[in-house]
Amino acid sequence: MISAYLPGTTILHRIGAGWKLIGLLATSMLLLPVGSPVVLAGALVLVLAVLASLGAGAATVLRSLKPLAAVVVFILLLHALFGTLDAGIVVALRLASLLLLATLITLTTRLDDMLDALTPVLRPAAFFGLSERRLALAIALSIRFTPMLIDVMHQLNEAYRARSGRNGHVRLVAPLCLHALNAADHIAEALAARGGADGCPPEGGAPKKDRSENDR
Amino acid sequence: MTADRSLVHIAIHVAVISALGYYLPAFTTPLTGSVPITVQSMGIMLAGVMLGPVRGALAVLLFLLIVALGMPLLSGGRGGIGVFLLPSVGFLVGFPVAAFVCGLMMQALKHRPVFPAALLASFVGGIVVLYPFGILGISVVAQKPLFESAVGALIYLPGDMLKCLATAFVATTIDRGRPDAIFPRQ
Repeated sequence: MISAYLPGTTILHRIGAGWKLIGLLATSMLLLPVGSPVVLAGALVLVLAVLASLGAGAATVLRSLKPLAAVVVFILLLHALFGTLDAGIVVALRLASLLLLATLITLTTRLDDMLDALTPVLRPAAFFGLSERRLALAIALSIRFTPMLIDVMHQLNEAYRARSGRNGHVRLVAPLCLHALNAADHIAEALAARGGADGCPPEGGAPKKDRSENDR
Repeated sequence: MTADRSLVHIAIHVAVISALGYYLPAFTTPLTGSVPITVQSMGIMLAGVMLGPVRGALAVLLFLLIVALGMPLLSGGRGGIGVFLLPSVGFLVGFPVAAFVCGLMMQALKHRPVFPAALLASFVGGIVVLYPFGILGISVVAQKPLFESAVGALIYLPGDMLKCLATAFVATTIDRGRPDAIFPRQ
């Protein structure tokens, strides 16, 4: 199963998900108007200290940051070539601190905890007739079916390669969608058979989980 | 269509968008640092084309929510709140609007043949509507003037035009396989 969670019991893991999100938001708002490279470099050092608090996990985090580092370097170059290097350094430092902090928070927070922390924020969705329960079901279904469809796509590609010797690429999109539509029909039936999205007796999260685990 | 079926179709389309980003490699240009060209954005156009304006936009919003929660579902295995701090954030913000407009166009063109309808819908939604969002995002995050950002975004235009064409082909194939599947045409 795909997930970006780094197991552990460090300080960062133990802080509540809500506080971490608020912290990130506050940091981004604090750093946005700052134009001094020295202050921004200080902020980056602070975030690096937070990274160091992960101990052994820090190396894993750094490895997963390679593509993001490329973006920061690209922006720095863009400014150095077409503007001033100073402005580039300021933007790159700010971006690097925030990206690192956001990645750290994502890696040390379980999906469930993140969802719980977001529930109050998601409450306005109820105005559009979307209860938290339905939203949670939709999220669970999406996450459950992503690996399944990746697998379907892999099989479609294998079949295409067996026929033509090349990778299917864009040609796989239409059959993938047809597979997804068939799967959607089956799941909708299974959901209706179990009383619908809102129809289950309220027993916490258990019935939801069964549903998304069993019906493929 | 019942509310439950809508919910399931929305969730499955989120999985389709994710699978497209996860399995198919991004087209890379030497400058693909900040705005990657991916097949994933076809999933955004298809959301509007297949699900209609409201469900399509909801599917894309749900996808972005799950990405923000930290699932690495954006192409290239990116995820987390960090992606909303990158220069490509404008495109992410514009995605639900693009899907909505795609769906509206499909509804407006429901009596026309599928291919031209889907082609026009994905062009208007996925380029005419999406690009201003993307350009504004590059300009704000990378702190570049609007004009330079627009020129920067232009290198992705040919790829996106091809994607509109591909989306129209895909919609035609789906319509042939499951004539009931393209909701805006019902």
